[in-house]
Amino acid sequence: MAVPTKPATSPRSAKLDVAGALKDAGLTAFVAFGLFSLMLGLRTETGSTGRLEIFPRPGLLATAVAAVFAGRLMIALIARSRVAADIGRSLQAMTPEFKKLDRFATPVLLSLVLLTPVLLYSEHYLLAGILVLAYILFRWGLAPALLALALLLPILFYSNRYLLDLGILVLTYIMLGWGLNIVVGLAGLLDLGYVAFYAVGAYAYALLAQNFGLSFWICLPLAGILAAFWGVMLGFPVLRLRGDYLAIVTLAFGEIIRIVIVNWQSLTNGPNGISGIPRPSFFGLPFNDSEEGFAAHFGLEFNPVHRIIFLFYLILALALLTNFVTLRLRRLPIGRAWEALREDEIACRSLGINTTNTKLTAFAMGAMFGGFAGSFFATRQGFISPESFVFMESALVLAIVVLGGMGSQLGVAIAAVVMIGGFEFFRQFEQFRMLVFGIAMVSIMVWRPRGLIATRMPSVFLQEKKIIPADIIDEARQ
Amino acid sequence: MEYFLQQLINGIALGSIYGLVAIGYTMVYGIIGMINFAHGDVFMVGAFLALIAFLALLAIGVTAIPLALFLVLIVAMLLTALYGWAVERLAYRPLRGSHRLAPLISAIGMSIVLQNYVQIAQGARVKPLPPLIPGGYTLIEGGGFAVQVSNVQIIIVVTTLALMTVFSWLVSATRLGRNMRACEQDLKMASLIGVDIDRTISLTFVIGAALAAVAGIMYLLYYGVIDFFIGFIAGVKAFTAAVLGGIGSLPGAMLGGLLIGLIETFWSAYFSAEYKDVAAFSILVLVLIFMPTGILGRPEVEKV
Repeated sequence: MAVPTKPATSPRSAKLDVAGALKDAGLTAFVAFGLFSLMLGLRTETGSTGRLEIFPRPGLLATAVAAVFAGRLMIALIARSRVAADIGRSLQAMTPEFKKLDRFATPVLLSLVLLTPVLLYSEHYLLAGILVLAYILFRWGLAPALLALALLLPILFYSNRYLLDLGILVLTYIMLGWGLNIVVGLAGLLDLGYVAFYAVGAYAYALLAQNFGLSFWICLPLAGILAAFWGVMLGFPVLRLRGDYLAIVTLAFGEIIRIVIVNWQSLTNGPNGISGIPRPSFFGLPFNDSEEGFAAHFGLEFNPVHRIIFLFYLILALALLTNFVTLRLRRLPIGRAWEALREDEIACRSLGINTTNTKLTAFAMGAMFGGFAGSFFATRQGFISPESFVFMESALVLAIVVLGGMGSQLGVAIAAVVMIGGFEFFRQFEQFRMLVFGIAMVSIMVWRPRGLIATRMPSVFLQEKKIIPADIIDEARQ
Repeated sequence: MEYFLQQLINGIALGSIYGLVAIGYTMVYGIIGMINFAHGDVFMVGAFLALIAFLALLAIGVTAIPLALFLVLIVAMLLTALYGWAVERLAYRPLRGSHRLAPLISAIGMSIVLQNYVQIAQGARVKPLPPLIPGGYTLIEGGGFAVQVSNVQIIIVVTTLALMTVFSWLVSATRLGRNMRACEQDLKMASLIGVDIDRTISLTFVIGAALAAVAGIMYLLYYGVIDFFIGFIAGVKAFTAAVLGGIGSLPGAMLGGLLIGLIETFWSAYFSAEYKDVAAFSILVLVLIFMPTGILGRPEVEKV
């Protein structure tokens, strides 16, 4: 669409247009002053009298406005000079050189991989792991390398409990992302209340396990079925609605579920949540230091990290199951119907596809995987409360799906790693974490509106498989 | 009967606030077809700006409440409008013409940014303000129950009515309103016949934000306490109101707001206060199932 082009960015202005850049930055700083004047310049605080009082903070305001001025000036100068264009051009010129290097990459890496046994023998496990991963990355691409990384992570970082926990968290979001991808990415239905199914799964496991003493392995499918059932219950009346109405109804449903959980004290214990949820067992062997525990049975020394590693592989298996089912379903008539529905609903109807049933199956499938992820969440945490199932979670999962490039399984995985990993990275700046997270969400979207992986592989093709570039995909016309 | 009347008055006052916020949603949706998720937080920013401006005026010695409130209204509307403009410029304009979900995600991001910006700048604790406009009238007294209408409620309803009148005139009789309606019908065609669509869309956001600021001030006066999280629930309810009334329709937004306010008040009065949000959302679901275009919305014809 019409984005106004700045006159000074034209290649004719060879000289730096400092005056223009200064004016630009000055205007921006003026707007920033207006935005920040009251909000940053004055702080309301309960004073000694118990009433709100106002404290001026001129220093902070000046710093913020100066920072905006400097930042904008820099951007304007770079945009107005030819530096950016020059760098871009030289990078482009270097691309063939990089391609030439590619030829040497495989033999070099292969010879390095041959070193692995030596490294393993000398107990440099981390280095050996990195070599193997690099080889896989260059030989087969990003997706197998990520999978190998996931498989190797508990072995490489056996003692790093923090990293394992982070890995489990990222994998949970990858699984949720893949589940929601069925609904949003494949069927093109905008779901803003996905967390509801996550909550249904979590509470289903918690309540079934506590009240009936059922084991995790019986509860897992039950939780999935219950979530899918809720998906159908919700989907049946509302799926005839157009995209944005569907979005708001799903959002409302997510909120309703949360409010009911908060207020139905006798069943869910309300806002206090459910604690003491049974931990998973290794096919009947509990992870404790008793005689019949996991460690004793396999003759290992008891170590609490065993359970973490088991949870890690459990969620990895669940996520891979989601991925596998999705990829297989895409080839079935129902999967093709989903994708056709996303592209053009009217055409679908004229071709005799039952759109309601098709949408309903997509909704139920997505809900089922959300339910699985929910019961995994419950068993991992051992404690659940309505606070874990707020709208933010739905928004986060949806952001992962959209930022990854809707419909792309690999994109979802990358986006989950970037978002959740990046979120953890800012943990030391606790206060600014969410702010940075929001800014990142906006900037990634502005930078790549179609997500990180914007191309699309057709699941059905004639003769030859061609990648569909992003700019010709007309997303979710409804 | 008296109880019913009292709840009716409370519901209308609350509904006016929702209605003013809903107008922002419905205008933006009508013109560029996106759910401006950050609008609820713009409303929250408006309430905060009003609170800060009021305290600042008190600090510099403006103690006459009517004058202070008038100045607060002007300052909050202007600055919140600036926020609305900045949000559109930074997060939505670069994404225009992109696919449908891109601006939605960017809006959710912007909503997170605004919430946390206010939380960091002003603290996470609730901000109480003593009632500024005391008093009220007793309409009917009987059966041991007095039907009262407070001055704040009168101000809320009168201001809303006045703003709605100005706003309807703006949309129906001015050049800007004509441009807005042209953009609503067909963005591409409007730009072809010489409507500056960037400017029109910016102004739409500005007006929406200014109305949200007024709603924020009223919320502050009515409840006397705000925090950085009020934007989310109020935003969701206002959007519900916009959909209920028929999205894209301005009288519909006001009607939807009133209905949501009434449903919520009556539900809390006669059934349970805990489930008042559930009631509002359930009504929304029911309306959408049986009347998918809302109450006053035009049926949308799907074209191939």
